[in-house]
Amino acid sequence: MRFLLARLTRSVFLLAGVSVLSFLLMQLAPGDFFEEIKLNPQISPQTIAALRSQFGLDRPLPVRYGLWLQSAARGDFGYSFAYNSPVAPLLKTRVRNTAFLAGVATAIAWVLALGIGLWSAVRAGHWDDRFCTGAMSISMAVPDVLVALALLLLATRTGVFPVGGMVSTDFDDFTFLQKAKDIGAHLALPVFALVFGLAPTLARHVRSSVAQALTAPCVQAARAHGIAPARILFRHVLPVAANPLISLFGISLATLLSVSLLIEVIMSWPGLGPFFLEAILARDVYVVIGTVLLSTVFLVAGNLIADGLLFAADPRIRKS
Amino acid sequence: MNLNVQLRTGLAVLAVLHLMLLFPGFVAPYDPMEQDRTMSFASPTVVHLRDQNGSWHMRPFIYAVAVNQDGSYTEDTRQKHFFRAFPSGAPYKLFGLFHCTVHLFGVDGGRAILMGTDRYGRDQFSRLIYGGQVSLFAGLLAALLSLFLGAFVGAVSGFYGRWIDDGLMRLAELFLALPWLYLLFAVRAFLPLSVPPASTFFLVVLIIGLVGWVRPARLVRGVVLSAKEQKYVLAARGFGASDLHLLRRHILPHTYSVLLTQATLLVPQFVLAEVTLSFLGLGVAEPIPSWGNMLSSLQQYHVMISYWWMFLPGIALGVLFLNYFTVADALQTKVQSAST
Repeated sequence: MRFLLARLTRSVFLLAGVSVLSFLLMQLAPGDFFEEIKLNPQISPQTIAALRSQFGLDRPLPVRYGLWLQSAARGDFGYSFAYNSPVAPLLKTRVRNTAFLAGVATAIAWVLALGIGLWSAVRAGHWDDRFCTGAMSISMAVPDVLVALALLLLATRTGVFPVGGMVSTDFDDFTFLQKAKDIGAHLALPVFALVFGLAPTLARHVRSSVAQALTAPCVQAARAHGIAPARILFRHVLPVAANPLISLFGISLATLLSVSLLIEVIMSWPGLGPFFLEAILARDVYVVIGTVLLSTVFLVAGNLIADGLLFAADPRIRKS
Repeated sequence: MNLNVQLRTGLAVLAVLHLMLLFPGFVAPYDPMEQDRTMSFASPTVVHLRDQNGSWHMRPFIYAVAVNQDGSYTEDTRQKHFFRAFPSGAPYKLFGLFHCTVHLFGVDGGRAILMGTDRYGRDQFSRLIYGGQVSLFAGLLAALLSLFLGAFVGAVSGFYGRWIDDGLMRLAELFLALPWLYLLFAVRAFLPLSVPPASTFFLVVLIIGLVGWVRPARLVRGVVLSAKEQKYVLAARGFGASDLHLLRRHILPHTYSVLLTQATLLVPQFVLAEVTLSFLGLGVAEPIPSWGNMLSSLQQYHVMISYWWMFLPGIALGVLFLNYFTVADALQTKVQSAST
């Protein structure tokens, strides 16, 4: 239990660190949201000064950080100037959408990667392994931007999949089944793009760690005992190969989140990506900080899940 | 594939690509910013060896482009333009210093748009070459910056240990805790949005370089940690060698192979970072071409479905990546087999 508790406290400190870092970066930024408003002749300088003091932008950095912590404690996480509302409610639906997309894509990518990686490690050196590794190398080199754009092109040309967004315009009139189908159809392209970006890298890692596990002494002993190859693979090889892969799971979530930022913008998926970009362009600082923090939460959560899995999978960690 | 063959082919292709992009003015036949509004989104011209009468020519040629009533383009078979090697054309500066007019190729009279034109009738091929220079150099410079930073932090952290190591590695963890693109964007968010196009290049390089130092730093630290316990290092220390001498002469040489493999991994990652930033309008901006902002025109629906040649920067990017990854793979295997 100590292991998990230590990881948990470290995550909390990490989040605190990220929030401080964001505020320090913000301090470096020249200009803010109200600089843009200044250009509007209808708003007097006094109004702008009043607004800035209302949002605490004229206060020194530590005070602002304190104010922000207070609002975070209230569950607001600061105030969006552009939307004129607390940040947290704005983020809520977007996070849900991003998490949904990322969850589905992660699941599919891992299933695919495990399948391909295992197959290719077992068949190492044969033509099908060579084909798999070749295909993985090539698909790793295809930039995500190109994949997403090509998929959009395909969607517009064939008309099988809807182009962009998450739901159709008449979504509210649908029955439950129709709704599920509609979201599924919209989900297909971004998920495909994400899986295409992630699965080859994962499969390579799976392949290399399984290949390494195949040479482990316990596996050789099992083979010498004449245990059936399939049983060796699942009972002996996989547990040996599992540890680095479980650690990879947390990292894969981070990669996925990064890729999904871009894919969401291109495919106009109503998640964190487009929202984040908009906030950057509008200099909506608290939204930017909130999003950065949330992405860290995602990552930390992924790592914690990985730690939990490690804890469950590896008796050596449990005993220590 | 044989490892050495893999390494050599990868390096050869990379050398050609880098040379092309190092001398964009020479390779590109036209000025990448020269507009021709009458030739908006003209499709790539076909290169012929045989004319419509069926007779063959020694030199390849193109037909002049004619604009139809409905705005589409056709070949005007009455006018032939032959290709010529090393003609003098649009002036450019070699290395930004020497005035030159000689290009690798060109056509007599007409305009050879090998990869079509963009919205403003600018030659897509020339823009691809110039844009490649911007994107690739952003990647190279950023990689150089972050490797330098990483090597410095890693060496200091590994060599001095204790609280310096603790502090630096906590900071590294902080950077690792953020998804890489989010971090990149966050740093971008806090820098001025509207800066002159030329300085955005350096801004982008700076951001990417500053964000990407963590991985090389951790790797270098690991190597330094094990290297400083080597007997000859301890011996040299016993003879009274200074810290700087130990690092420079005995420890850092161990990190070169790590830095080299890291470089082959970081450059494509950073090129992609530049492309992503520019694609989303946060990086290098018009009129300076970069592979990112060239691709961004595809965000418009009609461009995406009608003009396939606008996808070409993405394909060029894929070719570059493929060769970098090939080299990285081969290098990594070599380093690993050398160390065991």
